[in-house]
Amino acid sequence: MKFTVNWLKEHLATDATATEIAEKLTAIGLEVESVDDRGATLAPFTVAHVLTAEQHPNADKLRLCTVDAGDGAPYQVVCGAPNARAGLKVVFARMGTTIPVNGMVLKPTAIRGVDSQGMMCSMREMGLGEDHDGIIELPQDAPVGAPFATILGLDDAVIDIAVTPNRQDCLGVAGIARDLAAAGLGTVKTPAIAKIPGTFPCPVSVTLTDEVKDGPCPIFTGRLIKGVKNGPSPAWLKNRLEAVGLRPISILVDITNLITYDRARPLHVFDAAKLSGGIHVRFGRDGETVEGLDGKTHDVDGATIIIADDAGALGLGGIVGGVPSSVSEATVDVFVESAHFDPNVIAATGRRTGVQSDARHRFERGVDPKSALDGLELATRLILDLCGGAPSEVVVAGAFPADFPDQTFRPFRVEKLTGLEVPESEMQRILEKLGFGVTSTTMPWTVTVPSWRRDIEGEADLVEEIARITGLDKLPVEPMPSTSVVPVPALSPAQKRNRLSRRLLATRGMVETVNYSFIPESHAAAFGWSDPALKVANPISVEMAVMRPHLVPSLAAAAVRNAARGNTDLALFEVSGTYHGIAPKDQKTIAGGLRTGYTAPRQWQGGRRPVDVFDAKADVFALLAELGAPITNLTVAAEAPAWAHPGQSGAVKLGPKTVLATFGALHPRVARLLDLEGPAVFFEVDLDAIPAAKARASKEKGPLVLSDFQAVSRDFAFLADDSVSAESLIRAVRGADKMLITDVSVFDLYRGQGVPEGKVSVAVAVRLEPKDKTLSEQDIEAVSAKIVAAVAKATGATLRG
Amino acid sequence: MSNLNGLEAEVLAAVDAARDLAALDEVRVSALGKKGRITDLMKTLGTMAPDERKAFGAAVNQVKDRIAEAIAARKTTLEDEALEARLATERVDVTLPIAHQPAGRIHPVTQVTEECIEIFGAMGFSLAEGPDIEDDEHNFTALNFPPGHPAREMHDTFFLPPNGAGEKVLLRTHTSPVQIRTMKGKTPPIRVIAPGRTYRCDSDQTHTPMFHQIEALVIDKDIHMGHLKATIEHFAAAFFEVEQVKIRFRPSFFPFTEPSAEVDIGCARSKDSIRIGQGDDWLEIMGCGMVHPNVIRNCGLDPDEWQGFAFGMGLDRIAMLKYGIPDLRAFFESDLRWLRHYGFAALDLPTLGGGLSR
Repeated sequence: MKFTVNWLKEHLATDATATEIAEKLTAIGLEVESVDDRGATLAPFTVAHVLTAEQHPNADKLRLCTVDAGDGAPYQVVCGAPNARAGLKVVFARMGTTIPVNGMVLKPTAIRGVDSQGMMCSMREMGLGEDHDGIIELPQDAPVGAPFATILGLDDAVIDIAVTPNRQDCLGVAGIARDLAAAGLGTVKTPAIAKIPGTFPCPVSVTLTDEVKDGPCPIFTGRLIKGVKNGPSPAWLKNRLEAVGLRPISILVDITNLITYDRARPLHVFDAAKLSGGIHVRFGRDGETVEGLDGKTHDVDGATIIIADDAGALGLGGIVGGVPSSVSEATVDVFVESAHFDPNVIAATGRRTGVQSDARHRFERGVDPKSALDGLELATRLILDLCGGAPSEVVVAGAFPADFPDQTFRPFRVEKLTGLEVPESEMQRILEKLGFGVTSTTMPWTVTVPSWRRDIEGEADLVEEIARITGLDKLPVEPMPSTSVVPVPALSPAQKRNRLSRRLLATRGMVETVNYSFIPESHAAAFGWSDPALKVANPISVEMAVMRPHLVPSLAAAAVRNAARGNTDLALFEVSGTYHGIAPKDQKTIAGGLRTGYTAPRQWQGGRRPVDVFDAKADVFALLAELGAPITNLTVAAEAPAWAHPGQSGAVKLGPKTVLATFGALHPRVARLLDLEGPAVFFEVDLDAIPAAKARASKEKGPLVLSDFQAVSRDFAFLADDSVSAESLIRAVRGADKMLITDVSVFDLYRGQGVPEGKVSVAVAVRLEPKDKTLSEQDIEAVSAKIVAAVAKATGATLRG
Repeated sequence: MSNLNGLEAEVLAAVDAARDLAALDEVRVSALGKKGRITDLMKTLGTMAPDERKAFGAAVNQVKDRIAEAIAARKTTLEDEALEARLATERVDVTLPIAHQPAGRIHPVTQVTEECIEIFGAMGFSLAEGPDIEDDEHNFTALNFPPGHPAREMHDTFFLPPNGAGEKVLLRTHTSPVQIRTMKGKTPPIRVIAPGRTYRCDSDQTHTPMFHQIEALVIDKDIHMGHLKATIEHFAAAFFEVEQVKIRFRPSFFPFTEPSAEVDIGCARSKDSIRIGQGDDWLEIMGCGMVHPNVIRNCGLDPDEWQGFAFGMGLDRIAMLKYGIPDLRAFFESDLRWLRHYGFAALDLPTLGGGLSR
């Protein structure tokens, strides 16, 4: 909402400067977005008198002028404007002045060999419009040397404020003045609006249908003014509208715009000659259209309030008028409309049609219904003053909606809620200045709500009014009572895991990413998505269409983007949500990672190889160990998700059903869909599936038990079928003597000469740690026999001869 | 005797001439070995007269000792030379580069989230969570956004298809629905923060369709706006790691708070950076207010008994301010170069005791 300081001062008696006004506006909740002090910008441009104007010796279209700027010897100025002539009063800029339209600083210059010591300016160069036909011609009585902006009434600051949706009353200058006066910045002096008696009955009848009268448009007022002379507005009105960014159109239209901005009261004017019969306010009918003044034709439906005449729809009530019934320069009889429309109905139609208008902006926030008649009278006054004519009597259809209910108010709530100590008399003063009525000051107070404060619903709103006018800079600064001397943890054990998993993966050289939760539909489908409930109805692009079922597609897309920039050896991770339904429980927290390319750059020591499935498995087990998963109880199954390489992926399970993690290489088909080239391995750990550590009474780690007897290591090579899993073999070895065997490691795999086709030689090292005596050769042989037997039983593998 | 002197000179010359340990040992054996020349001389002592034996014996022993000494000295020298020679062959070029050390990074959003948790944790807040996919009830209605109100339009909402009951399903536009979930699930007093992902269908230089907020909610009997102001002041000073931060409360409007305010922090802008804390400029960092009585009521609590404050702040935004990150969109592009530059080391754990940042 833009307005000028001089405009404000028609409503507020104040000596405050633009800066002081701006500061106060922000302090009371009318946030200033910008202050454009044109008086200051235009101050260096002063009135000058053209003494002589002769032909430039070297250029046909240029003139060589001498200009008296009132500060000593005349300036010599070269000017190309066709209207530059002796005797003219002009706007003069000296060297060093900044030209508003382009920010250029004037420098001494020679034009076609003749020095020019200044510039005579056009409106466009002043940033005051598009007029570039010639230099500005000031009135002959303009005093030489005076700032020209003062003479043209342009020395005004334009203030732009952001009005929150609850404060439609401040979408008019009068409302802003009221707030400022309550905050002590001056006294309200908004001119009173006098009723203007009609001289004849209004020939235009107005009817409201019952369903409209009951709420959507409870009151519609209007009158005819006949014999008007429309045309361009006078300079003051044009200047005012242009200052706030509106385009002057004609007096009649400009008056409605003026009142919209002056009183937050939208109006509409019809050319009465173009109306057939009376005005009807009703819901639209399917098939009807309105050719709007916004340049678009709008379909009408049964939820749209339209203003119609006997022949059909004229305009969208409270939003935009129609072209066929609009006023023009030729309009002689004008019908002025001032009505009230329900905010929700206007908001719905506004959303549906997409029309952005000053009327919609106000009505959907809730115009003061009581301003309907005042607005009509004010418009009448201005039309009679600027266009002449004779007014009819006022026609009123419907009735004002009921007043807002009185509120009860307990003054102690102000301090209770805000900490501000405000005397009760001051509270009453503030409320009354804002237009509230304090009808009883016995506890609790009874407060009446003005018709323009639709936002006031209860006591807390009144507390806010008192707080914001008193000033939030006066709030006390009071630390909250502390809940404990030493802080207690803010995180639950599950929340700690999220944090730990990020740090752990980063220590493993992985880089954390944060990717959008929505991915392309084709990617989601490749990763098993099918539930239409997870498809965004209004995505911002097709790349962001479906809530992701996995993190891997996001990470893969990130890897593809990085590859395009020449980074192909990546280790990326993300710890975040995946979505499997719309219920809160369907969001799972996953730690996901993707490694691509090679493990290292080419380096002189070697050690570079393509990433493989065991890199991903290592990440999984590092993470599970760090997060306290019961590692020894976990099994790894070659159960691949469909989007993974069937022979190079697996699942880490706890028991037969609970899958804690998956890992592996991407399926080549999926990689191709994602445009991912080269080796790529992934993992996903379901952080919520890891069982919580048992709550323990103490942090004791338990005693350390060390054996005094020497540990020994023995190697075995087994000949196993290819189909035997390493895990089953290791498990069998371990199970042979759970007390004695503390570690089993696979140190060689061999296929080839000496090993039959379809078999593999698996070499394992077994560490034996006796607890009660030193092992003898016989002891070792006994346990070795048990190991060989256990392996044979579980896997069919035999000791390799 | 002169014979003895000649022998000594001869052997000592041979010791000096020995080029390696083997040659030296040969010299030793030929002089001092069982059949060595000195040993042979000692053997002749038995045939001598006692006086002569005594004098000659002493002389031979002295020669023997001097030779043994010389051999030992020569041996040390030769050993040292051998070691030097070996070490010389073992030389490597220590200026060769080390093997690649992968360096992980933590995303700035994670880092500032943990910084916030650290600070608010010390103030007695605990972490609350809520889902990204919300319903209209939690995201709007319970938060006192009347249906059809223009304030709903201030949130450009992403919708999913309606649920089975025909209710709107959406991506939460703010973290405030966690207020509702917390108040409904817990009896006051309440002191929680809720960081998380939020979504609005908006995309330009300064907006991304997904961003991060942190919500705070305090519900108790006597918590007022003065407590809110102190909490924000202390947070801002701790977070930006400056002694004091200028704070300005501006009245504003949010459907779920009353009174409502926006909070600006003081700053000084120079050509390409912003210094937070002091200065003549203001920078908006959050919206806040006293929880609206309707919201408290919607959660089954009595607003005459329970009251408190709430605020919401953009985590990406405060990360940008603190660490001078220019472009919000880059947060979600996962560009390795950006992550390496603006990310944090794995062990950059923000703590109050050890300092939030390096």
